[in-house]
Amino acid sequence: MADDLKELKIELSKNGIFTTTLEELYNWGRKNSVWPLTFGLACCAIEMIATTMARYDLARFGAEVFRPSPRQADLIIVSGTVTKKMAPQVVRLYNQMPEPKYVIAMGACAISGGPFRDGYNVLRGIDRYIPVDVHIPGCPPRPEALIHAFMTLQKKIDEQALRGESRPRHLHADAPSEFPVPEFGAHGLEPAQNDEVFLNETGNPLRVIQ
Amino acid sequence: MSALPTVEDLKAQIEASLPGAAVTVIPNGSPSAQHSLLLDHEHARAVALFLRDHPDLRLDFCSLVTGVDWLDTETTEKIKVKKMVAGPDGSEIEQEVEETRKMKVPGYLEAIYHLFSMEKKHGPVILRLRTANRTDQTHVPSLTPVWRSCEFQEREAFDLYGIVFDGHPDLRRILMWEGFQDFPMRKDYVPPADDSLAPLPFASLQRASTKEARP
Repeated sequence: MADDLKELKIELSKNGIFTTTLEELYNWGRKNSVWPLTFGLACCAIEMIATTMARYDLARFGAEVFRPSPRQADLIIVSGTVTKKMAPQVVRLYNQMPEPKYVIAMGACAISGGPFRDGYNVLRGIDRYIPVDVHIPGCPPRPEALIHAFMTLQKKIDEQALRGESRPRHLHADAPSEFPVPEFGAHGLEPAQNDEVFLNETGNPLRVIQ
Repeated sequence: MSALPTVEDLKAQIEASLPGAAVTVIPNGSPSAQHSLLLDHEHARAVALFLRDHPDLRLDFCSLVTGVDWLDTETTEKIKVKKMVAGPDGSEIEQEVEETRKMKVPGYLEAIYHLFSMEKKHGPVILRLRTANRTDQTHVPSLTPVWRSCEFQEREAFDLYGIVFDGHPDLRRILMWEGFQDFPMRKDYVPPADDSLAPLPFASLQRASTKEARP
């Protein structure tokens, strides 16, 4: 929003008049009701569970309901090592989520393969197949780190303009909502990565190369 | 609790009761001194049954099956050879000359079994089975008919090392998927080239996560 409009809004609020825009209202609602998918892969999932419990209390951010079905979830937290055998299922779960959907890659394994990177059985980062919004390093990341990632995601949702080139993917009519599921090959997953997602250099991982 | 006989005694007992069985003691020089018995393929199952059912041994529990990949090795040996060499005055003199000879030792795959007795509370007895080579003759007899607990672990050794266990009731891959062709725990395994380290788009990720990304 332009600066003079912001100033006008502040001026109006000083005089007891509350104004907002549809975009702000829409994003405010979206960012404060992000429902994650109940989905854990490895030890990072324990930290994710801790984050939702009383001490860290992710419910403060409107994310208290972990949905047991991808069809009701907005966010998939890839918490842990993604093995090559598990990768197609992760992509399939992501494909079954309705738009708008977001991905947090939690921990060293989910972002790069981590200590298992050179192994024969571990995928070198889930961002090879699905577009990741927030990467958190750590082995495992502390619950504070996951909360930070969550707040980063909220900020990102809040800043998404609903019009223009950088609008979220679900408002692009021709942007894909599903991504190809890798297949088990003779020597590894085929393809080894989805180049449209993995080597996206446009600056916005959600935007699609056209 | 009865004491377990030494591997040498075990070898003697086995060979006395199973004529023709070739048992070799493989010594372990480390402080643990866990010596093992190398069995021949033909009598492996008979030996296993003997160890399981002998009233003093009763090795009724196979706790572990694993594989080892021994690569082809090349050893050099220095041998003294007598040769005719031209002497300082032109005549030929017999002299000892050192020659190095290269020896190729073919590699093999090895399946290892650790046996314990629940009844007698003793163990372990370690058995080894070796394949003929690493390429086309990678068969060893399965001991699953003797100890049911070998089933999944033999499948794992088959999956990761390519040891084929003859007589196994259900020899399929267990960790990798059907259709996977490599044996990833072999020492000469190379991961596929397209899996190599590709540069991550760090710059774009950084830009996207900051406010400046917004036009």
